[in-house]
Amino acid sequence: MGLLSKKDAALIKDPLADNNPITIQVLGICSALAITAELEAAIVMSVSVLFVLGIGNVVISLMRNIIPSKIRIIVQLIVVAALVIIVDQVLKAFAYELSKTLSVFVGLIITNCIIMGRFEAFALGNGPWRSFLDGIGNSLGYGVILIIVAFFRELLGAGTLLGIKVLGDPIEKTGVYAFGYENNGFMLLAPMALIVVGIIIWIQRTRNTSLVEDH
Amino acid sequence: MGLKKKLHDFKIKNKDKKWLPAFSAIHTFLFLPDETTHNGTHIKAADDLKRTMNTVIMAMIPCLIFGMFNAGYQHHLALGEIQAVTGSFFSAEFWTMDNFMVGFWKILPLVIVSYGVGLGIEFIFAIIKGHEVEEGYLVTGMLVPLIVPVDIPLWMLAVAVIFGVVIGKEVFGGTGMNILNPALTIRAFLFFAYPTWMSGDKVWVHGAVERDQAIAAGENLDAISGETILGVLAQGKEVAYSTADMFLGFIPGSVGETSTVLILLGGLFLIFTKIGSWRIMLSSVLGAVVMGLIFNQVASAGIISDSSKFYGLMSAPFWEHLIIGGFAFGTVFMATDPVTASQTNKGKWIYGFLVGFISILIRVFNPAYPEGVMLAILLMNVFAPTIDHYVVQGNVKRRLKRVKVKTA
Repeated sequence: MGLLSKKDAALIKDPLADNNPITIQVLGICSALAITAELEAAIVMSVSVLFVLGIGNVVISLMRNIIPSKIRIIVQLIVVAALVIIVDQVLKAFAYELSKTLSVFVGLIITNCIIMGRFEAFALGNGPWRSFLDGIGNSLGYGVILIIVAFFRELLGAGTLLGIKVLGDPIEKTGVYAFGYENNGFMLLAPMALIVVGIIIWIQRTRNTSLVEDH
Repeated sequence: MGLKKKLHDFKIKNKDKKWLPAFSAIHTFLFLPDETTHNGTHIKAADDLKRTMNTVIMAMIPCLIFGMFNAGYQHHLALGEIQAVTGSFFSAEFWTMDNFMVGFWKILPLVIVSYGVGLGIEFIFAIIKGHEVEEGYLVTGMLVPLIVPVDIPLWMLAVAVIFGVVIGKEVFGGTGMNILNPALTIRAFLFFAYPTWMSGDKVWVHGAVERDQAIAAGENLDAISGETILGVLAQGKEVAYSTADMFLGFIPGSVGETSTVLILLGGLFLIFTKIGSWRIMLSSVLGAVVMGLIFNQVASAGIISDSSKFYGLMSAPFWEHLIIGGFAFGTVFMATDPVTASQTNKGKWIYGFLVGFISILIRVFNPAYPEGVMLAILLMNVFAPTIDHYVVQGNVKRRLKRVKVKTA
C-alpha cells in the first residue's frame, strides 16, 4: 500500500489524463489563450493556480458545513480573492518583471472556471484531505496543458524556450535561421493557442475513443 | 481483356488492402470506372465532382499563364531591363519568352509544392480513415499558387498547405464539410505567420528580397521594389499605374490576381458552365460599389481631412477598388466556392453583398490588412450557414402563413 489509497490516487491521476480540466471539461480556456505565448508565464500561472486551488479547496472543504448555500458563491469568491491577492503580492515582491507580463491575468485567476468549478463540484461535498488532492490534481492537469501549449507557442513563435534562444538568432541568422527558417508569427496570436489546444484534444480522443461523445 | 476490366479486377482482388483508396483515386481520375451502383434510382449526369473541379481549374489557367508572364515582366521592369508597357493588352514588351521563363520557373515549383503536399495529406487521411480520396484539393491546389506572392519560400507554402488542409478541412470531416475556404485558410495562415513575406513592397517582385539581402551584405546595387496599388494608396501616395494597366493586369500583386480582364473571362466561363454562382459574383460587386460610393461621398464631403491616413484609399474612385488587389479574383473564384458559400439563392445575394461590402471596409480602415477580400470571405464563410438558416426559416414561415390563410 502506497502513500495514497487507490481512490485518492485517482483524484490526482484522472485530471492529468482522461478527466483533464482543459481538454475534457473545457474549463479555464481563457487563461490558456492569454498567457501561453511564453513558457515562463505559463509555468508561473500553473504554480499560482496550484497554490490557489490546493489551499482554496481545503478552506472551502473545512467550511462546507457552515456556509449557507444561498451565499456560497460569495463565500467562494472571497476565499479565491484572498488567495489570489497573496499570489499577486508575492509575485510583485519577488518577481516584479514577471508580474508585469502576467499583469491582469493573475487577478483573473479569480474568474478561472476551474477554481470555482472544483469548489462547487468537489470541495463542498468532500473532506479536506480529498479536496486537497482534488485541487492539486486538477491544477496539475491544467498546468500540464498550459505548459505543453506554451512550449510549442514559444518555440515555434519566437524560437526561444524560457527566453533562451534554442533555434539560433533570427537577426544574426545563426542556427536554423541560416537555412532560411523563420519564426511563425501566427503562433504568438491567441487563435493559435485555441488551435494547439484543439490538436491536443484531437490526439487525446484518438488515443482513447471512449472520450468521444455520441451525437 | 481490356485495360478497364483488368483495373477493375485488380481493385476487387485487393479490396481489403489499406492502400486501395490511393489506387482508386488515381484510377477514377484517369478513367471512367467500370462500376455501377446497386441500389436506388440514380440520376445520371456528366458533371460529377471531378468534372466540376476541372472546369474551375480551366477557368483559372489564363490567370496562371498571365501570372507567369507578369512575374517575369515585373522582375525585368524593376531591374530596368525593359520598358513599361502602355495600355495595350498585346504589348510585345510583355509577352516575351524571357518574361515567361522567369515566371515559369518561379511559379511551377509553387504549383508542384501546393499539389504535392496537399494531395499527399488527402491520401494519408483517406488511408487512415479508409474512405475514397476526395477531390476537394484539386481546385484548392491551383488556387493557392495564384494567391501568394511570387517569392514566397516553398517550405512556408508547404507548412501553410499542411495547416490549411488539416485544420481547415480534414478536422471538419473532409471535402464538403469544411466551414472555411481551404485556399483562403492557407493564405490567412501565411499572412499572419510570416507577414514579412506576405506584405510590404519587396515580396511582389521576384528578386527584390534577394537584392535587399545582397545590398545588406555590402554589394553596391540599387534596391528594387514594387508596392501593390493598395499599399501605395494606404500610404497616401500617387499611383503610378494607369487604369488600363490595372484592368489588364500589368501591376505587381499575387501571382494570379492582377489581371481583372482574364479573371472576368474566367468568371464568365464559370457562369456559362453554371459552376460559379452569378448571384454571388454580382452581389459582391454591388456590395463593393455601395461601400466604395459611401467612402467617396465621405471623402468628397470633407468629413475627413486629406491628411487622414484613410484618405488615400477612401478617395480612390469606387470602381478602382474592383480592379485592384485581390477583389476580382476572390469574388470570382473563392467567394463562389459552393461548399463554404450560402446555399440558398436569397442567401447568396446577402452573402455576396456582405463579402463585397466588408472587403472594401477592411481595405480602407485597416491599412495593415490591405487584402480585405481574404478576411471578408473568411468572415462570411463563418456566417453563411446562419444566413441560410434564416432564409429557410423565413420561407417556412411565409408558406405556413399561406396555408393558414387558405384554411381559415
